[in-house]
Amino acid sequence: MSVIVKEAGRAISRADERAPISSLLKANLRKVFPDHWSFMLGEIALYSFIILLLTGVYLTIWFKPSMTEVVYNGSYAPLVGIKMSEAYASALDLSFDVRGGLLLRQIHHWAALFFMAAMVVHMFRIFFTGAFRKPRELNWVIGGSMFLIVLLEGFAGYSLPDDLLSGVGVRIVAGIIEAVPIVGTYLMFFIFGGQFPGNDFIPRLYTFHVLLVPGILLALIGLHLILIFYHKHTQYPGPGRSNTNVVGFPLFPVYVAKAGGFFFVVFGVTALMGGLVSINPIWAYGPYVPDQVTAGSQPDWYIGFLDGMLRAMPNWEWEDFLGRTWSWNIFIPGAVMPGILVGLLLAYPFIEAWVTGDKREHHLLERPRNNPTRTGIGVAAIVFYGILVINGANDLIAITFNLSINQLIWFTRIAIFIAPPLAFLATRRFCLGLQRRDREKLLHGRESGQILRLPHGEFIEIHTPISDDEKAVILSKEDYPVVAAPPATDENGVRTPGLRAKRWRARLSRAYFGDNIQKPTPAEIEAAAHHSHEEHDHEVEELHAGGKEVPAVLGPDSH
Amino acid sequence: MSEKTSTELATAEHHGEEPLFPLPPHRHRLTDTDPRAARRAERQVATMFVLSALLVVAFVAVYVGVDVRSTLNLGPFGVVNASNLLLGLTMGGAILLIGIGAIHWAKKLMSDEEIVDERHPLGSPKEDQDAALEAFQTGVAESGFVERKIVRRSLIGALLLFPVPLIVFLKDMGPTDVNVLRETLWKKGDRILVDITLQPLRPEDLNVGTLVSASPEGLNEVQELEHTQNARAKASIILVRMKPEEIRSQQGDNWDYQGILAFSKICTHVGCPIALYQQRTHHLLCPCHQSTFDLSDSGNVVFGPAARQMPQLPITVDEEGYLVAADGFQQPVGPSFWERG
Ligand code: HEM
Ligand code: FES
Repeated sequence: MSVIVKEAGRAISRADERAPISSLLKANLRKVFPDHWSFMLGEIALYSFIILLLTGVYLTIWFKPSMTEVVYNGSYAPLVGIKMSEAYASALDLSFDVRGGLLLRQIHHWAALFFMAAMVVHMFRIFFTGAFRKPRELNWVIGGSMFLIVLLEGFAGYSLPDDLLSGVGVRIVAGIIEAVPIVGTYLMFFIFGGQFPGNDFIPRLYTFHVLLVPGILLALIGLHLILIFYHKHTQYPGPGRSNTNVVGFPLFPVYVAKAGGFFFVVFGVTALMGGLVSINPIWAYGPYVPDQVTAGSQPDWYIGFLDGMLRAMPNWEWEDFLGRTWSWNIFIPGAVMPGILVGLLLAYPFIEAWVTGDKREHHLLERPRNNPTRTGIGVAAIVFYGILVINGANDLIAITFNLSINQLIWFTRIAIFIAPPLAFLATRRFCLGLQRRDREKLLHGRESGQILRLPHGEFIEIHTPISDDEKAVILSKEDYPVVAAPPATDENGVRTPGLRAKRWRARLSRAYFGDNIQKPTPAEIEAAAHHSHEEHDHEVEELHAGGKEVPAVLGPDSH
Repeated sequence: MSEKTSTELATAEHHGEEPLFPLPPHRHRLTDTDPRAARRAERQVATMFVLSALLVVAFVAVYVGVDVRSTLNLGPFGVVNASNLLLGLTMGGAILLIGIGAIHWAKKLMSDEEIVDERHPLGSPKEDQDAALEAFQTGVAESGFVERKIVRRSLIGALLLFPVPLIVFLKDMGPTDVNVLRETLWKKGDRILVDITLQPLRPEDLNVGTLVSASPEGLNEVQELEHTQNARAKASIILVRMKPEEIRSQQGDNWDYQGILAFSKICTHVGCPIALYQQRTHHLLCPCHQSTFDLSDSGNVVFGPAARQMPQLPITVDEEGYLVAADGFQQPVGPSFWERG
């Protein structure tokens, strides 16, 4: 042991003579990281990315990104003698003739799915706990951009093998690009090197998939992590935790072991999935041929919402007086809506900060119930997304449940406008209910489930005081004041500058915080505590004075 | 909890600068107090690491010993590739065990006492901010960026233009002749070849109610010549036959041949090929987004996101009695585009 420490010490001092590594280690080896299961979601995303880099590099050894036509002559008998692109043939070789090739492909694909899933859930965590608030707005924007980029990256990877399933997806994307007003046709020609499908797309997509996007992602992930390190991690409220400290375990050794170990867990599970569960069996789909299609074809889940939007959109198309075609039916769901959604996503921290006018740093996470409007918006967004994903599989649903596609699409067209607002209102109410309960708990303690019968026959429930831990959590709530709109003109009759924006802000502020249940003031807590003591003492006195029997305590299990 | 404390703490109506309640005291684990439990945990961790190493050996053995093509019958799970399964199990198991071992080690044997770090306001100290601003101002002054207007403006101009070559390069990413989207291989007299068999077709070969996918003669030759599937992506068609009295309308007079109608196979929405035909309603249903076209009514859209009718190809028979195109398509096939008109 001591030998290890001595040797490590010597190595550090040798390194220190070349670069100031000791200062770095001193500052960071014992850096504190708070612990919570939801903090592992980002880790899963990070580790999946590393797994993707690693397995992806191996795939490049055998994969041939070429659309040159070849005749297949490998070990998968059903396709022998069939013409296909070199890309598809090499993906078949990877699956059937390279030892471990199928495993690498399947690990790569499972890691891509885990990556997206972890990113989405990670984003939920950040959103619902307000972790995007100052000073972490930039990291929210970086994260949101990565989400978008990974979506494109996943689609690119999925399209590389040039099988029939993914080829139809590419055909759809080409159609969406063509629908962009003014430049659409040129864009499509530029991307495909001419008409669809051409011969250039797969090689171009390959560079995009293995070089351009991973490079950008690597830079963004690096920045994301540096900022996390610099800001220090947020923490959940609790005893001993405040906005100016960070409570948890040291980086070395606990986090090195836990987070490092967790990398191996994620990698191990992904590898087991690759061995045990088949994913994207490209050989079953056949090579891409533009006049063929597989029925019931589905994209990977994270693309499903786009497909759902395309399906739900009414078939509006204009031809203007110059004979130009405006394909609203494709352009709106294929480009406008995704653009708006991503824009709102990236802008959210700034919108909320504008409404609250809050310029302080926030390192203590907010409980979702304490910001009912934000939580409502989040749930509404999930419902919106969910409806689209479901609509993206409406053909499968129609077949499974024997429904008509027309009904399903009409259902989606209506639900997409009604369900998210309903979800918003319901969530908001639910949160306010939880706030009310928190307030009750602070003032009167928790309902114990024990019923007390008073001498005069009245039943009351005994309330037990809540623990310090719980108080610390509940008291972490911050009550934001509702911002009032300024008067239209000041005392000199001069119009208030930016009146319109300020009125909007007041309106939004009321929507956010107007209904919030105020946390009890210290005086209220004191009064409540006093009151209950008095009442209790009073009763006991009465009992003794009357010489009556002590009332029976009816517990939940005493009958 | 005494009432006094809670009152006090609730007064801390600030921004959480002080913790509301003290950190709860550290609770010892069994492994902290019982050396036997600690030794047991140590053994468990070491066992996982040893197993992991053994699985790596097993992985190599599988790699060498199991043929890539060999299969295993797993009963209800079907027949699986043995090499993939065993490689995945050994590799995944080996990696997973390192992870579980390390986490077990951290949880059972490393200190689990929470420690506290203070946060400091993130901004630089005021004097650093001032110094930075001053350094910047000195730099600006020394460069003369403000006073020397011509230099400044010409520099901005040059920098704005500097990316132009990088954009111009992109011009040759693809051709820009939009008209290719209006053309297909079909022209008057082209025989209609059934897909797969590539045989020409006589009217009698088609029964009422059937749908056949087809393409123009010469398509394969063009494909060989161009080395692309571009021609196929536009030229492929479907043929359906219905009773002539069932045809309510079509895109041109007598474009059918004795109730046989030819339509483009490429969906006018975003271009999926379509071959789902409902004989009773004469509806053609796209599998991608469920646009539905009524082939007995000029191929018009009856449902779904597609906005345009399926282009119809006029057909007839040649002297030998084979079905041929009576003309090319009279409108562009496939998805709409800006210049389509
Ligand atoms: C960063 C996120 C990445 C995502 C989300 C992703 C996703 C995917 C997906 C879904 C596939 C289809 C796999 C299949 O055939 O089932 C794929 C294929 C492929 N990926 Fe990635 N990938 C990523 C990074 C990389 C990197 C960094 C490389 C290489 C340096 C790479 C190289 C490849 C290659 C060569 C293929 C085609 C091989 C084949 O499909 O057989 N990928 N990718
Ligand atoms: S491609 Fe046919 S409906 Fe979308």
